[in-house]
Amino acid sequence: MDNLIILKQLQKGAEATISLANWYEKKVIIKSRKIKKYRHPQLDERIRRFRTIHEPQLIYEAKKAGVPTPTIFLVDTTNMLIIMEFIQGKQVKYLLPLLSKTERSKLCFKIGELVGKLHFYGLIHGDLTTSNMILDDYDKLFLIDFGLGEKQNELESRGVDLHLMKRGFQSTHNQFANASFRDVMSGYSNVIGEPFTTNILEKIQEIELRGRYVEERKLK
Amino acid sequence: MANSINEIYCLGIESTADDFGVGISTCSGEVLANISDGYIPEKGGIHPREAARHHAMVASDVLDKALNQAGIKSSDLSLIAFSQGPGLGPCLRTGATVARALAAYLNIPLVGVNHSIAHVEIGKLKTNTTDPITLYVSGGNTIISAFNSGRYRIFGETLDIALGNCLDVFSREAGLKHKKGIPLGAALEKLALDGNNFVLMPYIVKGMDVSFSGLLTSAVTLLRQKKYRLQDLCYSLQEIAFAMVCEVTERALAHTEKKEILLTGGVAANNRLQFMLSLIAKDHGVSFNKVPLEYATDNGAMIAWTGLLAFRSGVVTPIEKSMVKLRWRIDRVDIPWIT
Ligand SMILES: Nc1ncnc2c1ncn2[C@@H]1O[C@H](COP(=O)(O)OP(=O)(O)O)[C@@H](O)[C@H]1O
Ligand SMILES: [Mg+2]
Repeated sequence: MDNLIILKQLQKGAEATISLANWYEKKVIIKSRKIKKYRHPQLDERIRRFRTIHEPQLIYEAKKAGVPTPTIFLVDTTNMLIIMEFIQGKQVKYLLPLLSKTERSKLCFKIGELVGKLHFYGLIHGDLTTSNMILDDYDKLFLIDFGLGEKQNELESRGVDLHLMKRGFQSTHNQFANASFRDVMSGYSNVIGEPFTTNILEKIQEIELRGRYVEERKLK
Repeated sequence: MANSINEIYCLGIESTADDFGVGISTCSGEVLANISDGYIPEKGGIHPREAARHHAMVASDVLDKALNQAGIKSSDLSLIAFSQGPGLGPCLRTGATVARALAAYLNIPLVGVNHSIAHVEIGKLKTNTTDPITLYVSGGNTIISAFNSGRYRIFGETLDIALGNCLDVFSREAGLKHKKGIPLGAALEKLALDGNNFVLMPYIVKGMDVSFSGLLTSAVTLLRQKKYRLQDLCYSLQEIAFAMVCEVTERALAHTEKKEILLTGGVAANNRLQFMLSLIAKDHGVSFNKVPLEYATDNGAMIAWTGLLAFRSGVVTPIEKSMVKLRWRIDRVDIPWIT
């Protein structure tokens, strides 16, 4: 691509390779969904194309909902890559354990507010781990990685979205998982209101029970 | 064979679902015996009470065989371990009853073991891994877990049915039969080898979780419509279901930055799944480890070994705390033997 100078590969993420590049004197991120050899080619092509098109759409929708996200500069469905704004800052995954209790509580409240805004607007993030949140150098919190997102406003989908985050906290940040998730939910409630928050907490509990050992399902 | 005075022998009883297994392990991780007897339903899936009756009937025979294979007497045992959950109530209770009776009769301690943890621990032992991300896929479980601060944490799981259950229900619907030594999944795998036409069906991944019920419904609907060859449906079902668990395993791998992948559970026998995961491992420069089949399916040796690990860190289960736990999650158990 013209004038694009790749500086370095930042991360080999779950499904994409993330590189930092210079593009007309601006630092940008190239998110490239490479072929997964383990997947059937037809399935692979479909998943990569779907997510490459979907992610920028949702990133844009999230902005409209008032959630900071990187600006998209270019979408290339031949090479399955997205060029977007580079958010200079720290991944929340690494930041959270370093914070004091009050700072952590404030950040989690903020996370909850952003998720509340997404849900209120009818968006589901789809992969709410702390890997997918960046606090930039000006203390502004960004959500990234919308490849698994959806436009949806069913209680079930919202419940799954939050359940994933709760379990992510338990697996990755166990020392303060419960307190942090409570803070997230107060931020969420601040945006979306108490009654709905009560409903969603019940839904999360119901979802939690499902994944456990269940007796074999029989066909009707 | 069994003479050293310092050696501790642990007998483990496994009975969470359709298999009744007895294994005997030593402290050094040697497996002296691993005997199993599986219940095969006449038709349909597992009927928990019938499976439990089967377990009660074969229990003494399986115990005898295990002691014989190990070349020890019951009086040489120092410890009885049993799978306390998760699993089917009637099956678990049968195993627990046998375990309690043995421990009381021999006057030795009893240890209740979490079945999912046992899969991971025997897997680590048999593949020489130390800190893997584990994909545990069987008829009743689909769990992606790894150790973090004192416990095995769940990074991903199924939101509805287990991977093995999805394959089994489809196979049965397609008229495949479960025979001794050839589980339904193996029959399906064989048919899939002759498939070449890929049929797109729902692929559902949510973060690190998966959901198979939409895929199963779609596969069964297409099967009943008789529009596609059965081989092609088996092939496509496998491709899609396996790609789903592979994607979430890869996501958990990237998130945890672990250096080993461990594949276990009954579905671990599938060659296609093994191959897919080995490609992911290669791509990330980590090692791929599959648990040998004898230890990947439900077995008593894994219970014995995990019972020993727990016992050595001071864990015992008094009779009054030995009730079975049908939905006992892997992340509810402290792991004092890993520091
Ligand atoms: N716009 C961005 N600015 C700064 N860092 C980013 C940006 N996008 C991604 N990253 C970094 O790369 C990692 C992987 O990107 P992500 O979009 O989450 O891909 P994946 O789907 O592979 O997880 C993120 O966790 C983050 O650290
Ligand atoms: Mg990500």
